[in-house]
Amino acid sequence: MITRAMRSDHKHPLRLLLVGAICLAMLVAAAVAQSLAFPQLTGRVVDDARLLSPAARSQLEAKLAAHETKTSDQVVVATVKSLQDTSIEDYANQLFRTWKLGEAKTNNGVLLLVAPNERKVRIEVGYGLEGQLTDAISRMIIAAAIAPKFKQNDFAGGLDAGADAIITTLQGGTEWQDRAKVRKEAPDEAYDPLAIFLILLVIFVIFSILVSQNRKAMSGQPHRRKNGGWIVIPSSSGSWSGGSSGGWSGGFGGGGFSGGGGSSGGGGASGDW
Amino acid sequence: MAIFKSLTRFALIAMIAIPLASCGINNAPTLEENAKAKWAEVQNNYQRRADLIPNLVETVKGYAKQEQETLTRVIEARAKATAVTVNASTITDPAKFKEFQEAQNNLSGVLGRLLAIQEQYPDLKSNANFLALQSQLEGTENRVTVARRDYNQAVQAYNTEVRTFPGWFWAKLFWGAKVMETFTATAGAQTAPQVKF
Repeated sequence: MITRAMRSDHKHPLRLLLVGAICLAMLVAAAVAQSLAFPQLTGRVVDDARLLSPAARSQLEAKLAAHETKTSDQVVVATVKSLQDTSIEDYANQLFRTWKLGEAKTNNGVLLLVAPNERKVRIEVGYGLEGQLTDAISRMIIAAAIAPKFKQNDFAGGLDAGADAIITTLQGGTEWQDRAKVRKEAPDEAYDPLAIFLILLVIFVIFSILVSQNRKAMSGQPHRRKNGGWIVIPSSSGSWSGGSSGGWSGGFGGGGFSGGGGSSGGGGASGDW
Repeated sequence: MAIFKSLTRFALIAMIAIPLASCGINNAPTLEENAKAKWAEVQNNYQRRADLIPNLVETVKGYAKQEQETLTRVIEARAKATAVTVNASTITDPAKFKEFQEAQNNLSGVLGRLLAIQEQYPDLKSNANFLALQSQLEGTENRVTVARRDYNQAVQAYNTEVRTFPGWFWAKLFWGAKVMETFTATAGAQTAPQVKF
């Protein structure tokens, strides 16, 4: 069905051009969809809208850091000056994915996002914590702990109460110790086709060397030579390995604070005040 | 020297297979599987929504008997949305895909209206069960939005691959790849229902 369409594309340059234009439009659309500007993930509290005093900020950071040490759940608080004309749900999800909060394997990140100018707040929950910090609980936290304080312009108090509620929820239940044990395991490296390729290449080179040595050893037997000739060629092409740089970048590199590769799919709740 | 011969054969196969793999012959199937996984996520979230609706209807019934018409409309829209058969060919068949999308969008619309009636019923508005269901439904609507966006992006990557050179060539030669459909934004579908405190 599609092969027929493709064949006709081939015959009519104009139609091929049209397909090209559609593809280009798609790429542009994809680029536009990701064109929101996000603040840098500088720490567990990113106060871009300047709502917190240095003291309140460091207190909140210490609390979140203590929770992360305990459970490895990565809870981050962010305030932004503008949602850039998108919904807070969309902004929070894209920010979460940009920062990659939580570990790649367990997706145990939480983002508490405040947009004071739009008067919106959202708790965005990573895939792995949706079962504990459910939509209903997130909403209750916003309605009962955060919004009342925000209404009185007490942003530090609201964020503090919100962080407390999130941490209490995540530590609730008796299974968190087992969980912590599981999560202390080294994060799995994602399946990497480049790695497979490199492994194959190494095996290949080793085989080539072995075979070429074999050939040298058996050079007294002339009929083996034509077989060996095939093998030696690729072993000399060391330039193949040039593409390996950058393939292993994990989330924990560098000295600063960073996300661990986690993702979220829109779990959590939003509210305003 | 049978081992020597088989080693040679292995090396020969590797010499052909590795360059082929590295010049993108596997891209189309990889992207196709990715798009299918994202599609499963979309279906998952729509299913979750459909599962939540009967509970919501039951809860609302107890507080707002006068809203029978809205309730009936929600039940009908849910029945219609779940009746649309979805299989592997849905994402490559424009007509079937459109039918699926329309049924789900219709359900979103009437569901939004049902959630809006709470303003007239203070008892319902403060009912814990209703509040929990409402937040779950809102969360699900939001997950649907995210899943649809992820699916669209995956399909864009796949469609671009099978419509442009080298991918187009491999697709034609080996895979017989079909272009997939994407969700289109509808008026009102962009904004999730709002919560007021």
